[in-house]
Amino acid sequence: MKLHGIKVPHMKNTADCAPVRIDIPKSVTIPMVMHIGKPAKAVVKRGDAVKVGQLIGEADGFVSSNIHSSVSGTVKKVDEMISSQGSMMPCVVIETDGKQELYEEIKPPEVKDFESFIAAVKNSGVVGLGGAGFPSFVKLNVKDLSKIDAVVINAAECEPYITSDTRTMIDKGEYVFAGIEAIKKYMGVKRFIIGIENNKRKAIEKMNELAEKTDGVEVHVLPSIYPQGGEKVLVYNTVKRIIPRGGLPLDVGVIVINVTTLAFIAEYLEKGIPLVEKCITVDGSAVKEPKNVIAPIGTSICDLLEGAGGTDGTPAKVLYGGPMMGIAVPSLDEPVLKNTNAIIAMDEKDAAPMKMTPCISCGACLSHCPLRLEPREIFRAYNNNSPEELERLCVDLCMECGCCSFVCPANRPLVQTNKLAKIMLRKYLAAKKEEKK
Amino acid sequence: MSKLISSVSPHIGGKRTTQKIMLDVIIALMPALIASVVIFGYRSLIVTGACVISCVLSEFLFEKLCKREVTISDLSAVVTGILLAFNLPVGIPIWQAVFGSVAAIIVVKELFGGIGQNFANPAITARIIMLTAFSGTMTTWVIPESIDGVDAVSSATPLAAAAKGEKLPSYLSLFLGTHGGCIGETCAAALLLGGVYLLVRRVISFHTPLAFIGTVAVMSLICGKDVLFQLLSGGLLLGAFFMATDYATTPSSKWGKVIFGIGCGLITILIRFYGNLPEGVSFSILLMNIFTPYISRLTRNKPLTGGAKA
Repeated sequence: MKLHGIKVPHMKNTADCAPVRIDIPKSVTIPMVMHIGKPAKAVVKRGDAVKVGQLIGEADGFVSSNIHSSVSGTVKKVDEMISSQGSMMPCVVIETDGKQELYEEIKPPEVKDFESFIAAVKNSGVVGLGGAGFPSFVKLNVKDLSKIDAVVINAAECEPYITSDTRTMIDKGEYVFAGIEAIKKYMGVKRFIIGIENNKRKAIEKMNELAEKTDGVEVHVLPSIYPQGGEKVLVYNTVKRIIPRGGLPLDVGVIVINVTTLAFIAEYLEKGIPLVEKCITVDGSAVKEPKNVIAPIGTSICDLLEGAGGTDGTPAKVLYGGPMMGIAVPSLDEPVLKNTNAIIAMDEKDAAPMKMTPCISCGACLSHCPLRLEPREIFRAYNNNSPEELERLCVDLCMECGCCSFVCPANRPLVQTNKLAKIMLRKYLAAKKEEKK
Repeated sequence: MSKLISSVSPHIGGKRTTQKIMLDVIIALMPALIASVVIFGYRSLIVTGACVISCVLSEFLFEKLCKREVTISDLSAVVTGILLAFNLPVGIPIWQAVFGSVAAIIVVKELFGGIGQNFANPAITARIIMLTAFSGTMTTWVIPESIDGVDAVSSATPLAAAAKGEKLPSYLSLFLGTHGGCIGETCAAALLLGGVYLLVRRVISFHTPLAFIGTVAVMSLICGKDVLFQLLSGGLLLGAFFMATDYATTPSSKWGKVIFGIGCGLITILIRFYGNLPEGVSFSILLMNIFTPYISRLTRNKPLTGGAKA
């Protein structure tokens, strides 16, 4: 069985651009939520002097993450801001001094066993850097390690434009393999599969070269059919296992970890510098020169675009992430987050909304869905207000990859409706559960 | 500061639109149209033009009248017009062709909600309405040799000739279409060319035509008939490539298409060999159109749940 998908334009204009560091902005705004889970608790107050790598937000609860200062300077305020998702979130604004002094207490963590490894990952503040933003230490803290027989390293990078993972493999390939060694040592996993789309020739070469020297690492070249990087698709295409409905890769004995996340963990184990900066692809039709840049977390998108060479006029639409699943930002003041791997600025022509026309029942959405859902029927069921039907159609499986909307010749908002339908189904199931009680 | 556009992902789309799909179908129909002019003369162009204009006009007027959004720019009415004309004899009175076009668009398509909502193929249904209403003119065929029209001689289609036991045209004549029949159905070569174009452009998948034509071939063989003759005559190729592949009125899934095609093939054979009518492609497609919702239900996608239940 082969999973369906779509051919998207690659636009990997920046694959050969080694990342360059941008000038440190005058101020940074570091949100206390850059992960899935509870916001971190700010541990600094107005007027505090902070340095690079100093803890400014402490993980609060089981699923949360530490947050560190990305710059040296003075805390201007501890405030609330509107996130790109529309909710209010706490944040720390720091005025930079431009010196970028490293926090004195930074030293490589002492790691002896699984527990101390997990603790180190937690202290590093790393979250899923592929975009999900799920705290990595929660994912890696597997209760029963014997059930895991493989780690799938997600290096598919199937979204158009983005090349930050490609750069990680080319520039920091050794760290990727140091990360593999660490997981081998502390978690006892013996099999590693690196899944890369076949449009990253240089990265594949580098990984193959390093894999030859390491036991148990397979480089799995995937076709460039979006969405190879979707967790369910990747696990199926690499180890031929289907993650059950409502389940996790753990349920089929697999851990999936993004390649940049893994490389970062290894770098942290060596240097002890927490997650304070990101390699970000800056591209899109409104950008003057596509580039990969390294920027402190909390840099405003405005400063980032400026630092990367500027845009042609004001962009019409700016995205966190790629054009298939990225989030359109409400303003250029939004900061760079831990899980930001690209900023795509589109000009008016690219951003112009497409006209919706009636469904012609061509079936393209049915025949391109990687998970074999029926977006056309989900659309109908949602508009008929029928959560029972949505449950039968398994809308909860939808990973929101957007293939259905992409292929629809009538430009119908299919994946957009799937998102709403998932919420409708969740509410319905919660109400049903409540009733049973 | 200027406002940024905010929308939900995806932020890019495919290049294909309904209009482009319909344009591809129109392009695919052009070889057959050119062939018809060569075979039957300019009157085939006039009939086709009349059908296209009245289809588009009736869609426009009906949508204006109902205060609906005018959708003629999607070109689907143009496709319906050409397909209907292709199913008419070249000598059809123009007013009858116009009547058929209006019925196709207003009764079969728009009254059911317009593009994508109709359950029956408009061109085929209109043709069947006309066959019942104007059975005389709808079954008067012109011999291609006398295309000047002045002394047009009536003749039977190959299938009608076969039913009556008369002399049959050669395979070459069938392939090139130089025999009696509807405007667009006679030239097998042109229809195959158009069919291949649609397949290459991925406007249609091979499942329906292959199942349809394959079933007719196999059943002809079983019934001891001339297989090649059955494949090349009548409206089989036109129906299999252009009408049984209509999106709205046929199943979307691969296996649904196969079932649909086999059903069409069986009904075609039953009518051709055992029915009163010499040809059965139109009726087979219309009947299978009615089964489409049930076939779709039987051949739903099975979501990748990994065996887990909700």
